[in-house]
Amino acid sequence: MGSQIHGTQDFDKTKRAEIKFSDEAIQIVQKIISRYPEGKQKSALLPVLHVAQAEFGGWLSPETMDYVASVLKIKPIEVFEVASFYTMFNLKPVGKCVLEVCQTSSCWLNGAEDIVNYIEKKLDIRVGETSKDGMFTLKVAECLGSCGSAPMLQCGASYHENLTYEKVDAILENYKTEGKLRSYTDLDYKNTL
Amino acid sequence: MKVTIDGIEIDVPKGTTILQAARMIGPEVAPPAMCYYSKLKTSGGYCRTCIVKVTQGSSANPNPMPKPVASCRTEVMDGMVVENFINPDVLEARKGVVEFLLINHPLDCPVCDQAGECKLQDLGYENGSSKTRYEFKRREYEMIDIGDKIKLHMNRCILCYRCVKTADQITNNRVHGVISRGDAAEISTYIENFIDNDFSGNVIDVCPVGALTDKTFRFKQRVWFTKPVDANRSCDKCSGKTRVWLKGEEVVRVTARKDQWDEVEEFICNSCRYDHKKKSDWVIEGPSPINRNSVISQNHYQHLNELKVQIMKQQKALGFMPIDKKP
Amino acid sequence: MGRKLLIHNDKVPNIHTLDVYRAHGGYASVEKALKTMTPDQVTDEVKKSGLRGRGGAGFPTGMKWSFLAKPEGVPRYLVCNADESEPGTFKDRYLMEKIPHALIEGMITSSYALGAKTSYIYIRGEYFYVARILEAAIAEAYAAGWLGQNILGAGFSHDCYVQVGGGAYICGEETALLESLEGKRGNPRIKPPFPAVAGLWGCPTVVNNVETIAAVCPIVNMGGEEYAKIGVGKSTGTKLISASGHINKPGVYEIELGITVEDFIYNDEYCGGIRNGKKLKAVVAGGSSVPILPTDLILKTAKGEPRLMTYESLSDGGFQTGTMLGSGGFIVMDEDTSIVKNLFTFSRFYHHESCGQCSPCREGTGWIEKILKKFLNGTANESDVDLLWDIQSKIEGKTICPLGEAAAWPVAAAIRHFKDEFIEIARKKKFVDISHYNRLNKLVS
Repeated sequence: MGSQIHGTQDFDKTKRAEIKFSDEAIQIVQKIISRYPEGKQKSALLPVLHVAQAEFGGWLSPETMDYVASVLKIKPIEVFEVASFYTMFNLKPVGKCVLEVCQTSSCWLNGAEDIVNYIEKKLDIRVGETSKDGMFTLKVAECLGSCGSAPMLQCGASYHENLTYEKVDAILENYKTEGKLRSYTDLDYKNTL
Repeated sequence: MKVTIDGIEIDVPKGTTILQAARMIGPEVAPPAMCYYSKLKTSGGYCRTCIVKVTQGSSANPNPMPKPVASCRTEVMDGMVVENFINPDVLEARKGVVEFLLINHPLDCPVCDQAGECKLQDLGYENGSSKTRYEFKRREYEMIDIGDKIKLHMNRCILCYRCVKTADQITNNRVHGVISRGDAAEISTYIENFIDNDFSGNVIDVCPVGALTDKTFRFKQRVWFTKPVDANRSCDKCSGKTRVWLKGEEVVRVTARKDQWDEVEEFICNSCRYDHKKKSDWVIEGPSPINRNSVISQNHYQHLNELKVQIMKQQKALGFMPIDKKP
Repeated sequence: MGRKLLIHNDKVPNIHTLDVYRAHGGYASVEKALKTMTPDQVTDEVKKSGLRGRGGAGFPTGMKWSFLAKPEGVPRYLVCNADESEPGTFKDRYLMEKIPHALIEGMITSSYALGAKTSYIYIRGEYFYVARILEAAIAEAYAAGWLGQNILGAGFSHDCYVQVGGGAYICGEETALLESLEGKRGNPRIKPPFPAVAGLWGCPTVVNNVETIAAVCPIVNMGGEEYAKIGVGKSTGTKLISASGHINKPGVYEIELGITVEDFIYNDEYCGGIRNGKKLKAVVAGGSSVPILPTDLILKTAKGEPRLMTYESLSDGGFQTGTMLGSGGFIVMDEDTSIVKNLFTFSRFYHHESCGQCSPCREGTGWIEKILKKFLNGTANESDVDLLWDIQSKIEGKTICPLGEAAAWPVAAAIRHFKDEFIEIARKKKFVDISHYNRLNKLVS
């Protein structure tokens, strides 16, 4: 509970001063804000947090959230309240690829638990942990809307469906070779590898 | 608008909620409320202790409402008929709500400063069950420091949102809020560690339980050993009308005055609350009106020494060590 | 072969592009509505069609639209609920991914009827790639003049935007969705006021499911009366069903409301029967929150009539012997499935997704999950079954939003129809998941 999210003592003013969106990200953020009426820029918070998470290492540090608050001209606590509510935002550092294995009904009926166990063994980590090389973080997720192609896992924007052990091997190998940070905002998403 | 609650009819203005109408009739029909606070806009609806059954929606539409409703957030309609204490289903449902509020509560009343003026104690006593059916480990939160004046004890929190709404509506800068979700949700600050502004202390008074308590009063006295008096001083920040809690000649605590429903009458500033702890700082108006059922009205403090002697006698008889060597 | 109105072109190559979509009759409803109909006429057609909300509640769409307050000088909004998160449901994703323009066309036509100059598609964050597909389609629509100023020279201007969520089932509840769209925590609002009066940023708002909005296109094209001829009674038109679980052909199927459940499960046109020659044990017919039914009750009503895929037939018998069509998330379980374990996955889900605002749901969902865990550990007692029943009854109907019911109903139904399974585990003090080995084989081969 608390220990996973309280980062107060880690707030680093020098780090905060260095945080800034890239020019490309700034453009995207401005475009997002323009979708809402004047003065309703807080509405852009969720999409902007996604951009921030992709920009700043796959997770939202206190400094990043403080920066997002300044961009949207809202109070830092408003960002923290929201970021900690939604499951897609990581408030602690994660590996480059976050593997989210769906575990709800249809996926369970089709072997999600075995997939989780298989990945745990293969990467020598438990759910919630990051592999030693910093490449993978394993998570379980609740229904990701892929029940007809169960079992499945999500990594960044990509859905990997109808999983078998062989497929998992290939997926992990691929990500490892690419070595890239995967985020939900990726454009080179793959569906059903 | 005419509304009937537990068989008693009352005429109320449009826009009145069922709970407000019930309070107008009196405590005998007023549902308990843990999160609703008449002084805070948009409060209420969360705890579900005030649920009642609407057996007739209005004269125009006499159908009953299918589910129990939160009386604090449901406006009356003309001809509405409401059942509260006379409806066994409502009592059973409320008992369920009380149980939910208590399953993860630490029940640490013996060491909690709120004991004696805790709404959850009252609620549990009046509407709860004497046994727990919960057999799992109770939820525990990491202790966080939110400043030198206010103690946050998250384990005791029932997430009524009153303190968040107070910070939003009474102060100019809210730095705390509800984070995470579900049963992991908690009150917390972020980045700015400390809740600190001229009116921040009011979150203590609105808290129905011992989640937010006054650090300057912490472990000093049990409230039932103190004597509350209404007092005032001239203050440039607030009305200066407060309740001063005395122990002998010593001011042990200053709070806002509370009304019949245990709600703050007027919010007070931090200067009155924390910085004026001498009896000479205050003009004493007289004893505060305290509900006669409250343990505070027992005024045991007058008989404290007598009590101590009695206890010691009993302990000696049983062979215990005395609690205090000098009675 | 049943009639299809929504995904009949799903296999056409490049149907996700505007040109191909248009060549297959796309955007006809916008043309028809903007050029030949008044907004009220469009609403009337929707009313006549008998279309009911396809997100799960089944509320008549035309009636919902007619509740929309229309004060002068206040903007109105249409918000599409694409936060599909009900376990067992994936039809909206399929529709948006394959034929994104079907939704955008529906957004324009519906917005015209409602007088909404701006609309938002709120899509769950996990569907980020689908949001990309929608955004690309919206860009195409702007370029071709289907969105923007003065569409088709008919004087109607409209902007449509996509917003992604952040991962929260509760945002499928319409007021939580609006909160989330405003950049807040997805805490459901206390009603009244309803969104039709005070919705997005306090303005009158209609929130409709993806499939509901897409269905407006065929309704306008063919006329409401014609649409209402499809189906049975008050269950008109076609419905997308997401089929999953132990069936030979999982996937999204568009059915005419009124086919039999048996047909849907066993016909090769649909689910194609139970996998590996196993027997059917139970079905969750409308997404995780609706009551699970055992074989005899899902195939036939308590009166012995064949159960149909309609709102009315599925709910025949109430919760004692019936269930609900819900969102159309059809989860099929074979004879080896543990109902207790399946319920555990549901209860874990609702515990995880409770927003934490009101006490019965915040505290009760976690309690239920912990007790069910005892069954899986083999440490439960028979009295725990009664306790579960009591807890769910104290959540149901006592919460701010329907998540309370959604969490309570599956528990009640599992105990109602499969109590023996709970008792057996409690007596033997042992739980064995016998379907485990079948699944392992599939994962290896």
